[in-house]
Amino acid sequence: MDVGIVSYGAYVPRYRITPAEIGRIWGIDGDAMGKGLLIHMKSVPSPDEDVITIATEAARNMMSRCDVDPHDIGAIYVGSESHPYAVKPSGTVVAEAICATPNLTAADLEFACKAGTAGIQMCMGLVGSGMIKYGVAIGADTSQGAPGDALEYSASAGGAAYLIGSGNVIARINKTLSFTTDTPDFWRREGSPYPSHGGRFTGEPAYFKHIGSAAKMLFSEMGTGPKDYAHAVFHQPNGKFPTRIAKELGFSDVQIKHGLLTPYIGNTYSGAVPLGLASVLDNAKPGERIFVVAYGSGAGSDAFDITVTDDILRYNRQAAPTVADRLKDTVQLDYGRYAKFKGKILMGGI
Amino acid sequence: MREVAIIGAGVTKFGELWDASFRDLGIEAGLKAMYDANLTGSEVDGMYIGNMSSGRFISQHHVGALIADYTGMASRNLPAVRVEAAGASGGVAFREAVMAVASGMHDVVIVGGAEKMTDVTDDASNSVMDSANDQQWEATIGATFASLNAMIARRCMHEGIATREEIASMSVNDHAHGALNPDAQFRKAISLDTVLRSGMVADPLTMFDCAPISDGAAAVVLCPMDIAKRYTDRPVRVLASAQASDSLALFQRKEITSFSATVAAANKAYSMAKITPSEIAVAEVHDHFTIEGILALQDLGFFAKGEAGKAVMGGQATIGGKIAVNTSGGLKARGHPVGATGVAQIVEITKQLRGDADKRQVANARYGLAHSVGGTGSTVVVNIMEAV
Amino acid sequence: MSVARHWRETPGRYNLVGTRCGSCGKVYFPRRSLCPECRRASLGKMESYKLKDEGTVFTYSVIHEAPIENSILKPYAVAMVMTGDGVLITAQLVDVDIDKIHIGMPVRAVLRKIGEDGREGIVNYGYKFTPKS
Repeated sequence: MDVGIVSYGAYVPRYRITPAEIGRIWGIDGDAMGKGLLIHMKSVPSPDEDVITIATEAARNMMSRCDVDPHDIGAIYVGSESHPYAVKPSGTVVAEAICATPNLTAADLEFACKAGTAGIQMCMGLVGSGMIKYGVAIGADTSQGAPGDALEYSASAGGAAYLIGSGNVIARINKTLSFTTDTPDFWRREGSPYPSHGGRFTGEPAYFKHIGSAAKMLFSEMGTGPKDYAHAVFHQPNGKFPTRIAKELGFSDVQIKHGLLTPYIGNTYSGAVPLGLASVLDNAKPGERIFVVAYGSGAGSDAFDITVTDDILRYNRQAAPTVADRLKDTVQLDYGRYAKFKGKILMGGI
Repeated sequence: MREVAIIGAGVTKFGELWDASFRDLGIEAGLKAMYDANLTGSEVDGMYIGNMSSGRFISQHHVGALIADYTGMASRNLPAVRVEAAGASGGVAFREAVMAVASGMHDVVIVGGAEKMTDVTDDASNSVMDSANDQQWEATIGATFASLNAMIARRCMHEGIATREEIASMSVNDHAHGALNPDAQFRKAISLDTVLRSGMVADPLTMFDCAPISDGAAAVVLCPMDIAKRYTDRPVRVLASAQASDSLALFQRKEITSFSATVAAANKAYSMAKITPSEIAVAEVHDHFTIEGILALQDLGFFAKGEAGKAVMGGQATIGGKIAVNTSGGLKARGHPVGATGVAQIVEITKQLRGDADKRQVANARYGLAHSVGGTGSTVVVNIMEAV
Repeated sequence: MSVARHWRETPGRYNLVGTRCGSCGKVYFPRRSLCPECRRASLGKMESYKLKDEGTVFTYSVIHEAPIENSILKPYAVAMVMTGDGVLITAQLVDVDIDKIHIGMPVRAVLRKIGEDGREGIVNYGYKFTPKS
């Protein structure tokens, strides 16, 4: 049975801030920092946006592109490291907002930046086993970086939603596998507003080791190499890391072009690979093969081998904004407005 | 039905009355009205209190019993009723009292209206005011009282019913009259520029388009006309008292550039009074926001739709104009202690029809009208009085 | 607002679910159990109806003096939106350039936070409108 993507939807908030503007506040050459990280700007959510609203918008875009009865959805998983509640699911609101309640299961997932792709894997299992007809997996974040910390230049907001099913798939998922170890490169303790990280430890032993290992496992299992794929999407905490891992694995700049969004929207954490894949699907043609490796700190990588089907020609892609659409009509914030939007200003009387 | 007369009227100063409690205000207005009617108190057999939100302003419900108690009426065990209809609380209380006397159920009735708004923060006070509208589907989603009126104003400007300047001139009109009323909260004339340049509240309405937060109370005494001369030489006849409702939420109206409840109540009142709008010499209209005043002047039939703003700007609503509107200063300049406002309007009309309005007296006024509104036109009371 | 008070209105708040009178066909938002036009004839015939999530701005205002819980949003826009079903709804306008709002502007509904009961309380979500791209 073919299991794959029946529909997808993306959402990125409208507002942006540049590394130069952030650096201006902290006495750092933010422009140079942005160039080093390959981040031109990052997205910022409105004060009234959070993971629930972003996930809902992505899910509604997903539903508007297909004819699936929302009551045929058997599972909703929202992956994020910035769920609005510590206890109370984000997924139930999304389920209600797309009219999928009540006959379904839902759970919120957390695995740093790969909770969204973990949701895709779970839906694949449920669909593949025949337990459910359709499953929804969403990766979304309104990630936090402590003011003045290196993360502040990249931590952004956005998300994408995937409808996983077994009929009329626009993209077949040929294989998924994961590589997981206990590697504490990045974390946030219960009750802490901002994550902490191991600095340069997040590189070699964490990001590069896990993505590299999962990618090589997938090549080996599928008997493929970089040339077999039209597109590749890697987790993208900045623009530099995915560019480097792509090169190390033998992919060209052309192959990663559509899936590399961090330079324009920053690091959307759980939203990063789902959004990158959405951007690829916005541009993909039938028969094209897509190589995807997500990474979540802590640490693990989920890898996917995907083939775009002929059904994408009949797919109502224009029923919702594309990722490229969400990169247009943006509004640049200064740090003052950014601080206001991110709730960094202590308001009175509440 | 018996003809009803107003035989006494009293009002406190309106404003930020830090020294005065709710009960202080209620007692002062009530005693002034009783004194004005030459009553000892033993004649009174019923009491109505217009009050919007004592529960949220002073955490005290059951203010009927409270005012009865502190005016010395509770010892006589008379019935006291608190009436709530948001901004129209006072107007509705008055109408209830008129019906009680007209029906023969009561003979001498005191109608009070009181609100103590400054014992809570401005923000809390605005939140109470917002609850006059649809709390669930307007206030909760962030639409303030001012913004609802601003949306009416925007629509009026869009449809060519009134210009921004014409709308603002309602405030200039109120302040010109308020300057002449010693009991008004603001006793200072202002220019159109003051309104247009003051701080934006809800675009296009500025602070000077909005009535203030006020403390105050007002009271009148009613009795059957045929015994009115026992108490006063100068009773005022209640010719008509009509009330109408409309949807709670503004967005559920067929039209927002007219309050159909005002039109309905006015039509009924004119028909009861057997007079036409052009015979009204003096009117107190409910202008919590300037645009409401403009709508009132057209909906009450004083000016054609699209002409009210021009008329106000051209001075036709001042004392000496076509019709003297809000000689008390209106809600903007006299102040708007919500539950008191509707009764204070009756007090003002009573003074005008008795010739007691001093510097703001309208010459030879025979008919006067009071127009009281709750929410954005959801409850409207129109009362018409005649000099005797 | 209490948890239950918001919760029982979630169909309206999340998905613009109102009521359609089975007798005269008129659509109402928010939900009603009685058609004000048909009254008795509508009893038992009022059915759930999901409004179109697109419409145009009928009138609007920009709020500068806001309730304290919305002060972080200042200045923010509210509008009365005429939906495709001919029903008016009052809602905030978001992600909009305030100087570009105009009567007749095409908008569509999105889900946003509409309030929260302080830091520890429930977060309430509901419709707002955004310019239709």
